[in-house]
Amino acid sequence: MTRVRRWLPGLLLVMPSIIAIAVFVYGMLGWNFRLAMTDRHDEISEGSFVGLENFVTLWDQKRWGISVDHAIVFTVVFVGGALALGWLLAFLMEKGIRGEGTFRAVYLFPMAISFVATGVVWRWLMNSGQDERAVGLNRLFDSLGLDFLQWEWFRNPDWGMAAMAIPAIWQMSGYVMALFLAGFRGVPEDLREAARVDGCTEWQVYRHIVLPLLRPVTLSALIILGHISLKVFDLIVAVSGKQIITDVPAVFMWVAVFDSHDPAKGATIASYIVLAVSVFVIPYLVWTLRKERRP
Amino acid sequence: MTVTETPAPPARAEDPGGRARRRAGRARGIRLALLVAFLVIFLIPVYVLLVTSFKPLTEADPGRAWALPEVWTAQPWRVAWEKLAPGIWNSVLLAVPGALISAVLGSMNGYVLSKWRFPGADVLFTLFLFGMFIPYQGVMIPLVQLLVKLNEVTQSLTGTPGVFYGAIPGLLLAHVVYGIPICTLIFRNYYVTIPDELIEAARVDGAGMLRTYRSVVLPVSGPAFAVVIIWQFTSMWNDFLFAVFLTGPQSWPTTVMLNNIAGAQTVPYSQQMAAALLASVPTMIVYVLLGRFFMRGLMAGALKG
Repeated sequence: MTRVRRWLPGLLLVMPSIIAIAVFVYGMLGWNFRLAMTDRHDEISEGSFVGLENFVTLWDQKRWGISVDHAIVFTVVFVGGALALGWLLAFLMEKGIRGEGTFRAVYLFPMAISFVATGVVWRWLMNSGQDERAVGLNRLFDSLGLDFLQWEWFRNPDWGMAAMAIPAIWQMSGYVMALFLAGFRGVPEDLREAARVDGCTEWQVYRHIVLPLLRPVTLSALIILGHISLKVFDLIVAVSGKQIITDVPAVFMWVAVFDSHDPAKGATIASYIVLAVSVFVIPYLVWTLRKERRP
Repeated sequence: MTVTETPAPPARAEDPGGRARRRAGRARGIRLALLVAFLVIFLIPVYVLLVTSFKPLTEADPGRAWALPEVWTAQPWRVAWEKLAPGIWNSVLLAVPGALISAVLGSMNGYVLSKWRFPGADVLFTLFLFGMFIPYQGVMIPLVQLLVKLNEVTQSLTGTPGVFYGAIPGLLLAHVVYGIPICTLIFRNYYVTIPDELIEAARVDGAGMLRTYRSVVLPVSGPAFAVVIIWQFTSMWNDFLFAVFLTGPQSWPTTVMLNNIAGAQTVPYSQQMAAALLASVPTMIVYVLLGRFFMRGLMAGALKG
């Protein structure tokens, strides 16, 4: 009894948040899955249960296939690019450099700006006009004598999504840098010194001491970048709107809800996005919890 | 070479004189050069935004795209301000109270989950954390339906239209609720560093949970409050997804208005870029003045600590 009296007030204080999370996160995820399993394809009908039919028929739609392909290309280029650039920046700074504060501040500031605002300038920079009609980066390449570098950017049918990843890399690699920098600095200097005394070259110190210790940071960065990538929405809308040429699942879902007025289809697409993210986030969270429990 | 008490590391022993130091110096020079090059690349979009936003319409031709304005004009800024002002006001009404409410909730949750734990608190915390990673698309349609329903209920109960769907309070509710996980996480990780003995001492002195919170925990919570308020302010200000699903023309925040301005083919680049800069001013000020706290919020997002 006294034990209960000891922890009950705490539970009561957190109760509003527990209810809110239960309803707004888990309740609504469930509600969304249920909606995805009905034939409610307009705003008025009640919709009856059709099982996984929507999940299957979605693949018959050409636009869905295209948006999945786009999401894959975007994810590979964005996650790979941000990870590589962020790591490189951290690597260049980790031993300390004059003006480190300034460098960090500049690499990180894009994080504080909305994708919608950066989308405005990147749409201009990645304008597909070439030669006389060129503005943006194409114009810059042209005037630097690098006109062979001009291309259609996100309007390229095959690699447009790779171009779309550039603003996202610009926005997020500073964050990855900050994560890696904290990781690098967390490696005890004695450990490196000990390896050097044992005759390791600087390269071997990195290879065998520093990089293995950075693995948890890399994993965190991968998870964060990956889940941002799979639900990317603002950036695409801001740079190119609802065009099929840059369609991704999140934009397709928006179109399904607001333009096609098809709640069941919207819910199905949303369910796929949730599943894609859950597949790697849930194991990560479980792993984090286990690690914390270990003394 | 003279006899030394401790043997020098082999790599250095092979290097007579200052060759090692010179090589280290050259490496540092290369690192610095690369960092400066990336600095310039990172600032290109800022240059374009600033330069274009001060150009009169007569200098809009592609040939002068990268040049400084010949005549500097504030006209695009004035037009952008007129178009964007209602959205900026809506964003202020959203982000300021929203960030404060989030901080209070997060602080209480973090306190309980770190210092006044109940059975199952760890599992509950993990269930909270999943809420941080869910793609919000997965809850958007039910959320819209619920807010529409709440509007109808309010209408039938009070006779006045509800302020849930298509209005700022509904958007604020959504941001506060989906902000609970990250705010709880930041406060919990911060409160873990308060020694348990302090809490226990207050308990022995007969202080209850709330009393302990007020007199022991709250006075040292300043930095965590700063981190959470900045984090929530920034994400509410910059959010586009919730805003585009939950608000209407009267309640559009800055990002939606900016997207409408920038999406229109008829709006000149100079005005678009001035609007984009205007929309970023509040979060940039926060970043410049309080970047240290902003950083900590970012790191918390990585589940570290």
